[in-house]
Amino acid sequence: MATKLFPDASAAFSDLRERGVLRDGMTVMVGGFGLCGIPEHLILALRDSGVKQLTCISNNAGVDDFGLGLLLRTRQIAKMISSYVGENATFEKQYLAGELEIEFNPQGTLAERIRAGGAGIPAFYTATGAGTVVAEGKESRSFFRPGDDTRFQNRHLAAARLGGGPPASQGPSAVAREYILETGLFADLALIKAHMADAFGNLVYRKTARNFNPMMATAASFVIAEADQVLGVGEMDPEAVHTPGNYIDRIVRTTCEKRIEQRTVSKP
Amino acid sequence: MPLTRDQITQRAARELQDGFIVNLGIGMPTLVANHVPAGMDVWLQSENGLLGMGPFPSEDAVDAELINAGKQTITARPGASFFSSSDSFAMIRGGHIDLCILGAMQVSQDADLANWMVPGKMVKGMGGAMDLVAGVKRVIVTMEHTAKGGVPKFVRQCSLPLTGRRCVHMLITELAVFEFIEARGRFELREIAPDVTIEELRKQTEAEFLVAPDLATVSL
Repeated sequence: MATKLFPDASAAFSDLRERGVLRDGMTVMVGGFGLCGIPEHLILALRDSGVKQLTCISNNAGVDDFGLGLLLRTRQIAKMISSYVGENATFEKQYLAGELEIEFNPQGTLAERIRAGGAGIPAFYTATGAGTVVAEGKESRSFFRPGDDTRFQNRHLAAARLGGGPPASQGPSAVAREYILETGLFADLALIKAHMADAFGNLVYRKTARNFNPMMATAASFVIAEADQVLGVGEMDPEAVHTPGNYIDRIVRTTCEKRIEQRTVSKP
Repeated sequence: MPLTRDQITQRAARELQDGFIVNLGIGMPTLVANHVPAGMDVWLQSENGLLGMGPFPSEDAVDAELINAGKQTITARPGASFFSSSDSFAMIRGGHIDLCILGAMQVSQDADLANWMVPGKMVKGMGGAMDLVAGVKRVIVTMEHTAKGGVPKFVRQCSLPLTGRRCVHMLITELAVFEFIEARGRFELREIAPDVTIEELRKQTEAEFLVAPDLATVSL
């Protein structure tokens, strides 16, 4: 098997254009929550690749001079799919000028769309956003909340539609509620930040830097991870692996700045 | 006398129970953590992937990879666990969180909540708010009773885009405490701030509400 290890981020990107992985208009997932757990060096390599008209799926958009904010500055991003983009003036300017498209997803819906995409699930129903602008243009259906219907497990809804089956629920407290249909997300490329990787690509994340990284690692055609430490195959405890190595195409060991957005400390 | 911000959060903290799993929104709700009664074990969930959030770290314990949903550096208490965003929202959406306390721009008389966007202003996104109000067992809103210029925030119908429909269980402001009565489709005034009359409260409220027969003064 060809090695997945590359000496640095630019080396991991060097042949991606000729391999057809990088192309204008592609969709890229980028891990992280705020600036925590973002693939700092892979974002720089993506910027330096010059690829344009990107759709970026990432919970946030970085800040002006760090993270995805760097790709906004160079106007390489045409569309963001995010849950919150509050901390970025460049973003605001381009959005208000109509140069940037944004699709807001509720954070849990975004996470689940990515998880579903990676798991081969094209769509799922969620109560999140029902009755709000998020539901506009989406199919909706009534279900009992799973915990309210342990006897029929919502099977009777289908039966009732066919004209049979009792429309009864488990208990008097069960009330059918509205759920909306959300689709799975899958990208051409995912950029992941891990704490440890082994040479096969098994990954371990650290603390809250895990966030969106594990799902994104499963939901793209090509996946590159950067890690603080790289181990040999066999050196990682299989019980500890968060992302199995088969999902990962390339690995780079990097030393990240790990910038803090809000440094809050206890009073001594 | 209206409650102070700190007193609002103190009142909200009275809704906590031993062993509760709680998600606190950004801003005023965060202060509820300061009022957990001594001896009560409450587990704070942070939707970016932590159950068992502790206080802010000491200067030498600051860790860029340990933050809360407000992107502040924090600590993890003994017994804490880390998980992915999809696991975190499975916990939220699946009804495994007992209580969430969050702020609001508007709450309607039939328990709709608006707290994420103001038309005409730059939209920053809803973050995890829509998932929380749709999934958590009990949703408490803490907010100032009126907006700038005395404009009511407890209204007949939200004019701002909704975060969730019929999702607020309790509303706590500096003037009063309301509980939503599902069967009647209205909030009931349960407690009123010291020296505030129902007439004064009504003047600052657009929503219709019921008054509990055993209406009490807010006790902290």
